[in-house]
Amino acid sequence: MRSVYAIYRKEMGHYFVSPVAYVVVAVFLIVAGFFFRLYMGLANDQAMEMAMQGMGSGMDVPAEVLRAFFGLISTLILFLAPMLTMGVYAEERRRGTMELLMTSPITEFQIVLGKFLATLTLFVIMLFPTALYVAYMCFHTDPKMQWALVLTGYLGALLLGASLLAIGSFISSLTESQLIAVVLSFGAILILWVLDFVVRGSDSVAGTVLQYISVIHHYDDFTRGVIDTSSLIYYVSVPILFLFLTVRSIDSIRWRRA
Amino acid sequence: MIEVEDLTKAYGPVTAVDHVSFTVNPGEILGFLGPNGAGKTTTMRILTGYIPATSGTARISGFDVFDDSLEVRRHIGYLPEAPPVYLDMTVESYLDFVLRIKNIPADKRRARLDEALQKTSLGDKRHQLIKQLSRGYKQRVGLAQALVHDPDVIILDEPTVGLDPKQIIEVRNLIKGLAGDHTIILSTHILPEVSMTCDRVVIINKGKIVAVDTPQNLTTQLKGSQKIHVDVAAPEKPLSEMLSKIPGANRVEVSAHPGGHLTATIEAAAGQDIRSQIAAQIVQNGWPLYELRGISLSLEDIFLQLTTDDAAHAAQPSN
Repeated sequence: MRSVYAIYRKEMGHYFVSPVAYVVVAVFLIVAGFFFRLYMGLANDQAMEMAMQGMGSGMDVPAEVLRAFFGLISTLILFLAPMLTMGVYAEERRRGTMELLMTSPITEFQIVLGKFLATLTLFVIMLFPTALYVAYMCFHTDPKMQWALVLTGYLGALLLGASLLAIGSFISSLTESQLIAVVLSFGAILILWVLDFVVRGSDSVAGTVLQYISVIHHYDDFTRGVIDTSSLIYYVSVPILFLFLTVRSIDSIRWRRA
Repeated sequence: MIEVEDLTKAYGPVTAVDHVSFTVNPGEILGFLGPNGAGKTTTMRILTGYIPATSGTARISGFDVFDDSLEVRRHIGYLPEAPPVYLDMTVESYLDFVLRIKNIPADKRRARLDEALQKTSLGDKRHQLIKQLSRGYKQRVGLAQALVHDPDVIILDEPTVGLDPKQIIEVRNLIKGLAGDHTIILSTHILPEVSMTCDRVVIINKGKIVAVDTPQNLTTQLKGSQKIHVDVAAPEKPLSEMLSKIPGANRVEVSAHPGGHLTATIEAAAGQDIRSQIAAQIVQNGWPLYELRGISLSLEDIFLQLTTDDAAHAAQPSN
């Protein structure tokens, strides 16, 4: 759809010249790279120790590294996603350009989709360099690495990112202030995080329900190389839900007091 | 081209637009004149589909602005009060973006872009970042965006605000040049603008239409009183007395002129042309008459009259 592409193109252009985008990506890559190196070192040391103590080579070093790495990624994403989405709508509203978009022959859905795809693209660009060193590690394992683990890990990261970006975008559409958007997004994600932490391993009905809602809970399986259909459904539903909410939120601008 | 019927917008207890009705004919330039807060911007926002009306209808090119909003938006260009520009884009890339979201196909975009840049004299700024432009240039970019896709209808909210006098003249000429091929509504609270550029004027105050007519008709119609100015060499008191005695003269004001003579302003009741009598009397007294002219009521006077004393002085709208 031509209009979606026009919005997408514009958003990508904004990210390209936005210092926030560069800072976020840089921080992510630096921290991820640092910890990847750290985990590899730790895992190797541990494996060697186990070997020296005669416990055999029971440890799957690359798998352990990947597990830890993807766990870290999810934490980083939780922290950084709000920064990528805070300006998406808030800035347009503040500058008055929302009025241009909403008086042009383009639907709210097209606007929301275009913007979302752009944030998603930025997210993929952010993740991509990590795949380089992860792939490098996997090439040099002996015996040969199961690619499934890597692929599901990234899939999980992608889906988690999509969900958080959708939530962040929605919150951005509620306000004209980027500051409020980022604080609210961060707060919402923090609540989700704490919720997940609290209900881990819970057997009660409430606990199980909350576990299902938790954005992080579904991610765990992906890091273990398991694709659970319920998680897949969840991770597709969340962005759809929040994109829908964003569309309504934009439309509601028309009905507010001058 | 544009038909507005009984349009109303209420924000709770406050009625911003109160049963407004008017039409704009194809190719016409309609001026929307009113003090700040009169409801001009709100009406325009309803017409462009930005906000919905509380009641009433508005149609542009036959399409209802609420039911067929998307279709209406294909036919309009809109410049809001603050130009809706993206600061970190260049003029060219911004206008290209606007062309895309207005659904102009790729092969036509180049030409339209160049034309818009040329019409708004932005040619040498095309590669400049919008955030580096002065306010006047930003306003021009806003104007460019309103006409870049060659829409049938162009809606301009205070298009000359923030421009210097030279730019204002350029913009007014630009707007006048657009008439005929385009139908234009522009809102302003600058009175001369309306008499200079518009075919017809809608005067709006507190959400209600107070007058609709051509600038000339309004001026003629509202001549509740006529003012006459004389420049004569005469002694003050006798002149003043003589003028006051003329039937029909309501008020006489005499003052000294730098050249040594006196000037007098006489207010007469409507309909009575007492100029010949004044002239005759002055000549009879043997006083040299240097100037005699009628002062017509300016649009400014009409505007003030209409917007400060609505009920008593509202003119009959004549379409």
